[in-house]
Amino acid sequence: MEKEYAVVMKGIVKRFPGVLANDHVDLHVKKGEIHAVVGENGAGKTTLMNQLYGLLHPDEGEIYIFGKKVNFRGPRDAIENGIGMVHQHFMLVDNLTVAENVVLGSESKKWGFMFDLSSAKKVVKELSEKYGLYVDVDAKIEDIPVGMQQRVEILKTLYRGAEILIFDEPTAVLTPQETEELFEVMRRLKEAGKTMIFISHKLNEVMEISDNITVMRLGKVTANLVTSETNPREIARAMVGRDVVLRVEKSAHKPKEVVFEVENLWVKDNRGLDAVKGISFNVRAGEIVGIAGVAGNGQTELVEAISGLRKVEKGSIRLLGNDVTNLDPRKLRDMRLSHIPEDRLKHGLIVQYPAYYNLILGQHWWRPFSNNGFLDHNAIYENAKDLFEKFDIRPRNWRMLGGNFSGGNQQKIVVARELNAKPKFIVVAQPTRGLDVGAIEFIHKTLLKLRKEDVAILLISMELEEIFSLSDRILVMYEGEIMGQVRPEETTVEEVGLMMAGKKLEEVRA
Amino acid sequence: MKAMALPRFWAFVVPIVSVIVALLIASIVIIMIGKDPIQAYEILFKGAFGSSSAIANTIVKTTPLILTGLAVGFGFRAGVFNIGAEGQMIMGALMATLVAINLGEVPPFLAISLVMLTGMLAGAGWAAIAGYLKAKTGAHEVVTTIMLNWIATYLSSYMVQVPLAVGSGTPKSPEIASSAKLPVLMTVGAINMSAGIIISVIAAILLYILLEKTTMGYEVKAAGFNPYAAEYGGISISKNITLTMAISGALAGLAGVVELMGVHYRFLGTLSGGKGFDGISIALIGQNNPIGIIFAALLMGALRTGSNEMQFAGIPKHIVMIVQGIVIFLVAADRIVRTSMAVMNEKKTAIDETRKFLKRASISGGLAVAFWFLSSEKVWNWTGGISSHIAKTFWILALIMLLTVMIVVALYVISAIISAFMAFRYKRVKE
Repeated sequence: MEKEYAVVMKGIVKRFPGVLANDHVDLHVKKGEIHAVVGENGAGKTTLMNQLYGLLHPDEGEIYIFGKKVNFRGPRDAIENGIGMVHQHFMLVDNLTVAENVVLGSESKKWGFMFDLSSAKKVVKELSEKYGLYVDVDAKIEDIPVGMQQRVEILKTLYRGAEILIFDEPTAVLTPQETEELFEVMRRLKEAGKTMIFISHKLNEVMEISDNITVMRLGKVTANLVTSETNPREIARAMVGRDVVLRVEKSAHKPKEVVFEVENLWVKDNRGLDAVKGISFNVRAGEIVGIAGVAGNGQTELVEAISGLRKVEKGSIRLLGNDVTNLDPRKLRDMRLSHIPEDRLKHGLIVQYPAYYNLILGQHWWRPFSNNGFLDHNAIYENAKDLFEKFDIRPRNWRMLGGNFSGGNQQKIVVARELNAKPKFIVVAQPTRGLDVGAIEFIHKTLLKLRKEDVAILLISMELEEIFSLSDRILVMYEGEIMGQVRPEETTVEEVGLMMAGKKLEEVRA
Repeated sequence: MKAMALPRFWAFVVPIVSVIVALLIASIVIIMIGKDPIQAYEILFKGAFGSSSAIANTIVKTTPLILTGLAVGFGFRAGVFNIGAEGQMIMGALMATLVAINLGEVPPFLAISLVMLTGMLAGAGWAAIAGYLKAKTGAHEVVTTIMLNWIATYLSSYMVQVPLAVGSGTPKSPEIASSAKLPVLMTVGAINMSAGIIISVIAAILLYILLEKTTMGYEVKAAGFNPYAAEYGGISISKNITLTMAISGALAGLAGVVELMGVHYRFLGTLSGGKGFDGISIALIGQNNPIGIIFAALLMGALRTGSNEMQFAGIPKHIVMIVQGIVIFLVAADRIVRTSMAVMNEKKTAIDETRKFLKRASISGGLAVAFWFLSSEKVWNWTGGISSHIAKTFWILALIMLLTVMIVVALYVISAIISAFMAFRYKRVKE
């Protein structure tokens, strides 16, 4: 086998009941390169990586690591062969320190049984200095920011001797600055001779960091590209199988009357600390107001207070002229408030319920779904069939359990349901998180269509690009306060970025 | 590793296979105590279904078990662990007694409705205390319902020993008014089979309709699956918890009422007799499905009735406790089996697992044989005999090892069946 390749996967086939997740996939990763694997949700990227990491066993095909044929029976085998995985959802113990987490599972021991903390700390410090992965070895995981938690994950793999690192959508949880820091680390690791596989569907990031790109679609490889010789459009086409509009065209639309109003709103977080500190703003019919900000600056609490899931401490919320402060979600829904939640698995879906039941959640007491307290199953099935067609939810099996749909299609179920409620006002939180370009395009178009239909829309997103391309007005949140309000056509990403970092608009423009 | 999705009828296959396997395992125990298992089961079956009086007896025993099973099962569906069916049953029966002994000449229809309603409300109220505490303060219902069980037990014990006490012997209340007695459907020998069984079956059907066909059922199940999403969808969690507990308690209270109005006609200290706790096992075996619970309760009722006959034939009736325990164990192990199955689907792992399993099974089996051998008096003859205590200890060790082997084998066999079944289904999907 060719020695220049760190990873060679040949003719990989993986079937799940009813699905061909990987259909004769070939992947060649050169030693010391950053290789991007891109594709839509459900394209088979994660399945492929799980086979490389030993979590799944391929039905057909061969895997070579540094030219040696391997047959992994579990992650332990993969780790022994120098493969490390930085998971999307961190596998860290919250109340242990950074050093403890790094060595967890392969601790060095004193006298054969005592945990040797001081030597663990020393090793972790050395590793972090060697690769420029700044961490505080004594800090507890629960006290450190997400970006540092990710560095701990990377350290874990390095501590176990990883030569090949798999990054599973690593930037999904990071701010633009943290993403930049991650890329810096990746470049350093590359200099040190490590091989990296980077799974993503953010095309600009792939263009920035990778050397070569493998594009997957529906379980097959559709393109092998050299990053320096390609462009986002070409990648997108290979991913989706057609041309994609990367930037949505927003037509001019005049907003009408004020539909939603928040005045001097105060909300506490789970620890009882003020998370939203005296915010005031309004949203008019036919207008998209975007709230930008780094995650964790009170956006979640704001959304929950607006949608009735969290108590308002002070201030008022008005919807269509009525005071709706501290009304429960049921009454708010009756007043035509819809909510696309940030975390679709926690709030948006009941994974144990079939799709047709998920498609009536929050409307299940309305006619025609409910009739004198009895469910009208015919109406519920008709509704599901209708929405599956209208929103192109796949597979077209509306009896399938919510948990068995792919992330993008789960989001489509949530969006379909919330729009089907014919909202007057809709709170949209992180609508495209973890979605592929095709699905993002669909959701953006849908939001703009709502705007045209004079729905008032509040959009909360960590993606600046999304905020810029959709919003009519942008509010920037920092530590529970609004730093300023700008119009996207009159501002720059830099200006908004400074406000996200805690500078007031007046200071920025001064 | 995700548990595999299995077809709907699987819900029935698991309990049925579990019962068969449990009977097989228990038969080994019967052999070990020197009896004939076939004969023992024959007596068990005849004792439960062999004559009209046996059938009547089984049905009488099954009636309250259906209701307590429904009480617990309904709670499980809504994500609430009502361990307090016992206490709710006692409170239901106790309050119903207070009304029923004071009823004069009232039309039976009115009397029966009134007493039933009282019992259900009392059970509902007793359970709602725990529901309210959970909704408002977060106090876990397992703890509060267990505490409420004790309060109910001692309160009822005081009531029948002091204010309500009549006669001597077992503490008991006066007999209830005859207008409040449930009509007797059939009298076989000494056994009066009351209309209670009809009440139980109707309750099961109503509960099925409530869970599957109504908006309330939709909300209750949603709150049980994912309280966050339910709240987001306009379902009040605190209201649902209290409501669920109340319905669950009403069913348990009804169980007390049918015992009162259909069997004993007076409150006895032993009226509940652990039937509330049996509800937990029944809900588990019945997979929380109201119709499944009817059959699970019938199984338990039949085992209880039949075991008395076995006792007369000199076979300890505790054999049925072994059967019961193993059934519950196997049903509960269903998920474990499914998960291990998902692992075993990888062929190579399957071979590995088999090898590991054979090793463990043979070690346990070997130990079992060794212990048995050591428990035999003859082995020790050359040392001049062995005390019977030591022999008995070895015998018990042998029994434990043997049961371990049997249960492991049973789990393995069930895994293999599911695996073969899944492979077959998968093939069909592919074609």
